[in-house]
Amino acid sequence: MTANARQLEAGRRGREGSPWTGLWAVVFKEMADYLTGTRMRILEILILLTAVGAVYAAMTQIRETIGRDPFLFLKLFTLSKSPIPSFVEFLGILVPLIAISLTFDAINGEFSRRTLSRVLAQPIYRDALLFGKFLAAFFTLALVLTVIWLLIIGLGLIGLGVPPSGPGIARLLVFLLATIFYGGVWLALAMVFSIVFRQPATAAMASLAVWLFFLIFWNILAGLLANVISPVRLGLPQEIIAQARVQIALARFSPTFLYGEIMAAILNPAVKMVGLGLLLPIQPQGSIPGSPLPLSQSLLLVWPQFTGLIAATILLFALGYVLFQRQEIRA
Amino acid sequence: MSKNVIETQDLTKRYNGVTAVDNLNLTIQEGEIFGMLGPNGSGKTTTILMLLGLTEPTAGQVRVLGLDPARQPLSVKARVGYIPDQVGFYDDLTAVENLMYTAKLNGIPRKEALARIDDALDRMGLSEVKDRAVKTYSRGMKQRLAVADVLIKQPHMVIMDEPTQGLDPEGAHEFLKIIRDLKDENITVLLASHLLHQVQSVCDRVGLFNQGRMAISGTVEELAQKYMKGGYRIELEAIGDREAIEKALKEVEGVTDVAYLGRDRYEVRAKGDLRAEAARAVVLAGGGLLGLHVEAPSLDDIYVRFFQEVKHDSQRQAA
Repeated sequence: MTANARQLEAGRRGREGSPWTGLWAVVFKEMADYLTGTRMRILEILILLTAVGAVYAAMTQIRETIGRDPFLFLKLFTLSKSPIPSFVEFLGILVPLIAISLTFDAINGEFSRRTLSRVLAQPIYRDALLFGKFLAAFFTLALVLTVIWLLIIGLGLIGLGVPPSGPGIARLLVFLLATIFYGGVWLALAMVFSIVFRQPATAAMASLAVWLFFLIFWNILAGLLANVISPVRLGLPQEIIAQARVQIALARFSPTFLYGEIMAAILNPAVKMVGLGLLLPIQPQGSIPGSPLPLSQSLLLVWPQFTGLIAATILLFALGYVLFQRQEIRA
Repeated sequence: MSKNVIETQDLTKRYNGVTAVDNLNLTIQEGEIFGMLGPNGSGKTTTILMLLGLTEPTAGQVRVLGLDPARQPLSVKARVGYIPDQVGFYDDLTAVENLMYTAKLNGIPRKEALARIDDALDRMGLSEVKDRAVKTYSRGMKQRLAVADVLIKQPHMVIMDEPTQGLDPEGAHEFLKIIRDLKDENITVLLASHLLHQVQSVCDRVGLFNQGRMAISGTVEELAQKYMKGGYRIELEAIGDREAIEKALKEVEGVTDVAYLGRDRYEVRAKGDLRAEAARAVVLAGGGLLGLHVEAPSLDDIYVRFFQEVKHDSQRQAA
């Protein structure tokens, strides 16, 4: 094994040409496939319905409750009217689904179509194929989300009759970016499964299982685990806070939770603390309750979460890369 | 003029303790059609993947067109076309779109690519259906599309893995003609197959693979001489005195055995095509020759004979 790895390493050091030869050929071909494919049509309809539903619900709420608010526009994304969740909540659930549906058959699909060995027999490296497929899915996701984003802003302009403020637009842009990177994590995850499992259906099921796990079970588990790791014995406030800290630290392993924290801070300028601040009604010392934070401060608040999402994407992609490089391509 | 296109030296590949290719020494010359023959799992595909740099050898040397596939895979893959076992295409794309992807991966400019695609599809007789989705293609059409696919890069060499498997007899026959046409353009062809009679008709030289080793190689005639001790079978129909005819036939030089099949028919085993000599012998013995038919040794016979010997040897060693 080690001898093998060493030899692989030696071979790689000495190999000719750029690993990205043919990268853009792969990206363009894959994107064309995505944009003309049926699954794209389904996703578009799904997300359009979501957008219209969520905006409608938010708009009726806004009309009822809010008079003048400099960040009125952000409310479009965060307000909800039971039983329809807010658009951001919807995205937290939907974006992983979209991402998974884009990449769950990235590599094993090539195996089952028997195209992989033919493509890899062209003068490109595996690097270009894998990265090209990831980029194509990423761009497609970004495209879809940007379209929806513009759609909601457009609907909002018509419905509310007020243009968003400058800082409001900046926040919306950050929101869009964070949503795309949140999708990136799931793209990379489904891609890893598409390398590990030979059957696309298995890869899809595995990805959905992870998604469900983080969406529903991980929060429950985090609470239970926190109770075990840092139990509340005497009911002291310190104990309760310590347990809450453990619980949040655990919950942050979930990309969905990280995304939720980012959204809370970015779309609600009044939020001054994430994590503990969301769980317990604590105001940071010296702050005026209810006053909005500048964007830079909001960003600073969730910077770790933001980089966490990107880091998770890179880690997952690297894992997939290593697995794919070592995979034997014969069927 | 004859240059070695492929040279391997003690090429070895082991997967988790199993030796797939064992000290292979293979030389293929420019412009020839070489057939790698052997049962499934005898190391043919693994050898091909190593030649293309798609899998790394555990030990040994490979040179393809003078290049090392492990170090210079891009140069090798730009010059060598590969048609894998049961080749696949993107079903929803048309033939032209599929080939355009290949052309782009090879870095061929669009205009040049379109010209080459048209030319290649035309030569493979696929011009009429070039704008139809590949999912509507038959197995034989896909196989021809695969040839068009490798022609796009104007290869020095084409490697085919089981190219005629799954084709109907007519399709297979057509495909063998395509292989010969490639040779006429001085493209070296390496093909791996277990369908022996088809390979026999097209290959200049063959190598028999068994358990990761190339056991024997050479032209079919050479192998026949060596392993079948001739192995030509002449069937002869003649009237006249049976004993005299049999005796005369046995005396012909090169004949190893004569048997009477009944109804004036004789079977002669010989080291070569001895029809003329046999006919003369019959006539000189006072017989009347009615018919003469010869069967050259087939690769199937050689193959079976060879592997029987291998089995006997290993049993003897075990005993």
